[in-house]
Amino acid sequence: MALALPDLALDYTLRTVALGAMLLGLSSGVVGTYAVLRRESLLGDAMSHAALPGIALAFLLTRSKESALLLAGAVAAGWLGALLVSAITRTTRVKLDSALGLILSVFFGFGLVLLTFIQKQPDASQAGLDRFLFGQAASLLRRDVQVMAAGTVAVLLAVLLLWKEFKLLVFDPDFARVLGLRVRLLEVILTSMIVLAIVVGLQTVGVVLMSAMVVAPAAAARQWTDRLGLMVLLSALFGVVAGMSGALLSSLTPRLPTGPTIVLVVSGLVLVSLLFAPNRGLVWNWARERARRDQVRAEGILRQLAALAEHHGSLEHGHPIAVLRASGWSPEQIEHVLHDLESAGYVRQVSADRWVITAEGMARVRPAVEAGKAGNELARPAARGTEVTGEGQP
Amino acid sequence: MTAPQVEIQLIAAIVAAACALPGAFLVLRRMALISDAISHAMLLGIVVGFFLTQDLNSPLLIIGATLTGLLTALLVELLHRTGLVREDAAIGLVFPALFSIGVILISRYAGSVHLDTDVVLLGELAFAPFDRVVVAGWDIGPKGLYAGGVILLINAALIALFYKELKLATFDPGLAAALGFSPAAIHYGLMGMTSLTAVGAFDSVGAILTVALFIAPAAAAYLLTDDLARMLLLSAGLGITAALSGYWLAFLLDASIAGSMATMAGVIFGLAWCFAPERGLVAAARRRARQRWEFAQRMLAIHLLNHERQPGAEPELQVEHLWQELRWDRGFATRVVSLAEERGLVTRQDGRLELTDRGRLLAQESLLA
Repeated sequence: MALALPDLALDYTLRTVALGAMLLGLSSGVVGTYAVLRRESLLGDAMSHAALPGIALAFLLTRSKESALLLAGAVAAGWLGALLVSAITRTTRVKLDSALGLILSVFFGFGLVLLTFIQKQPDASQAGLDRFLFGQAASLLRRDVQVMAAGTVAVLLAVLLLWKEFKLLVFDPDFARVLGLRVRLLEVILTSMIVLAIVVGLQTVGVVLMSAMVVAPAAAARQWTDRLGLMVLLSALFGVVAGMSGALLSSLTPRLPTGPTIVLVVSGLVLVSLLFAPNRGLVWNWARERARRDQVRAEGILRQLAALAEHHGSLEHGHPIAVLRASGWSPEQIEHVLHDLESAGYVRQVSADRWVITAEGMARVRPAVEAGKAGNELARPAARGTEVTGEGQP
Repeated sequence: MTAPQVEIQLIAAIVAAACALPGAFLVLRRMALISDAISHAMLLGIVVGFFLTQDLNSPLLIIGATLTGLLTALLVELLHRTGLVREDAAIGLVFPALFSIGVILISRYAGSVHLDTDVVLLGELAFAPFDRVVVAGWDIGPKGLYAGGVILLINAALIALFYKELKLATFDPGLAAALGFSPAAIHYGLMGMTSLTAVGAFDSVGAILTVALFIAPAAAAYLLTDDLARMLLLSAGLGITAALSGYWLAFLLDASIAGSMATMAGVIFGLAWCFAPERGLVAAARRRARQRWEFAQRMLAIHLLNHERQPGAEPELQVEHLWQELRWDRGFATRVVSLAEERGLVTRQDGRLELTDRGRLLAQESLLA
């Protein structure tokens, strides 16, 4: 690998691919943050599918393979799709989900009609529009990357210039309206940014999967932070990492389509984030849950032993696990908990299968028992508990 | 029309009707995008099933792919329930991942198996008549026809059987749950129906365009009626219309049949959107215009009534002064007056307006209301 790296850096195609994929991850990661926070994750899905007929129409009208032109068509169609979705939800009782699904599938279908129509044209067999379906990183040219860079710069500039406005729009649109911000205009700008970011990625990821690049990096970043600024940065980072590794992987491996590869990498990032992100991660959550359950269980057992000791008036008389089983836990679980309590010094094993609470154990459990008896009274300080336990000793 | 043409149209119509039935519930229950997720993700089930059975029509493959669809719905639900991502994001995360695995599997092993990305994704209805069912040496028709027919029958039977439950759970989930219909059973039942239908349809129209057949006819029907039974029938009818007109569009352009069907489904929705009798854009615009004239006539009547009560305000009752008084456009005022005259609300003598009894009544009513 170390030997291969210098070659990689020099290889024109790979450099182009890496650069293109980086731009894709950057723009969609940044924009995705806003889309996900505004619950518009799937707007990207509709708009990326909607871009297909735009590309095909641009080709049909101009007969040019110039990517700037084709992408301009994609922007126009994506925009029209977004516009129609919003018009349908505003003027009919059809809900957002149906409107999105409708625009997505109908535009895509129309795009297919145009694509198949183009394929049958005599002069267009080499149009290469198929690459827009699933993306083909290897087909990126320097010219394409320049167009992508322009789109990315536009997106980043908009985010920097309208940082405060967008922040307000995301978290409290009503307040933004009260402050006199032109919410409608901001929403239009945000939609345009999503369209731009999607179009930047179309050649690399393709229309079918581009939406994942809008949703996934942002959803992953959301798990690591509660701050918008950090989330935007992390999301961009995840996007770049996924874009680059996916695109390089697919250009170096034969018959590995770029779009799906990038999507799998970014899905992996999401999975890791969902599981291991500090605070929110499922694994930590699960561990916390488990620790809490164990503690409740241990305290329950301690309390039972305390009650038994009080009943017998002795801290010497051991009790079998069988007595404790009544609470519904398995004997193995109880024994496990008892060993834990023993190492903490709260219980003592008198003989095989005979357990008794220690003075410390009584001290620990007594306030709780007292509090229980006293009803609403708060648990008493430990010192008082020791006193009471002392009385119980022979 | 040649025999294959008739068969293609039959298959298209049957598949469209089969999709439109569950589609109506998807639209009503706001689950349209889960059907999008299911039909994308199912690709994985179809690919894996195909690797195992080597037969696109094997019952095992159909069951496997249907289960993948259910798995997708389940994964979305689970992911949503962790509380870490919202439902829309959960949908957007699950299906691209499953779909990607499917596409990668196809392209990695495309050389060794007879399965093409395009066929699974986009469908190729034109080839459907070549795949025939032969019983005891007798050719009894294309396989797609039977597959689509069975699924249509299953959907129709399930909906007929559980019509009350589905209706209640769709329009009043709270009451349905209180009455003991498990919301989970109905949700996953519907998801299962959607998956099965998508599996049956992908062969003809491809994984992506099944969404168009699920949603577009149902959404159009939703704009045309308030009655669930009528909406179901309309969805199916509009789906069939989209299928047949789509076929002929494809024939004219020599383009993808599935794409043309989706396009026509969109056109049909567009027509319903514009021209639906009560909810269409045209009907709404007309209603607004009518209300505007009606309001203006009432204003006129009230205005005249006020002046009747103040003697000595003669000049203001001239048509000429009216537009200044009420701050109306001159042309608008003239039109309102002539409309009111036609309706018998006012009379005009030498350019002077006077309320009729009917006009007075209307003004008094309006003031009371």
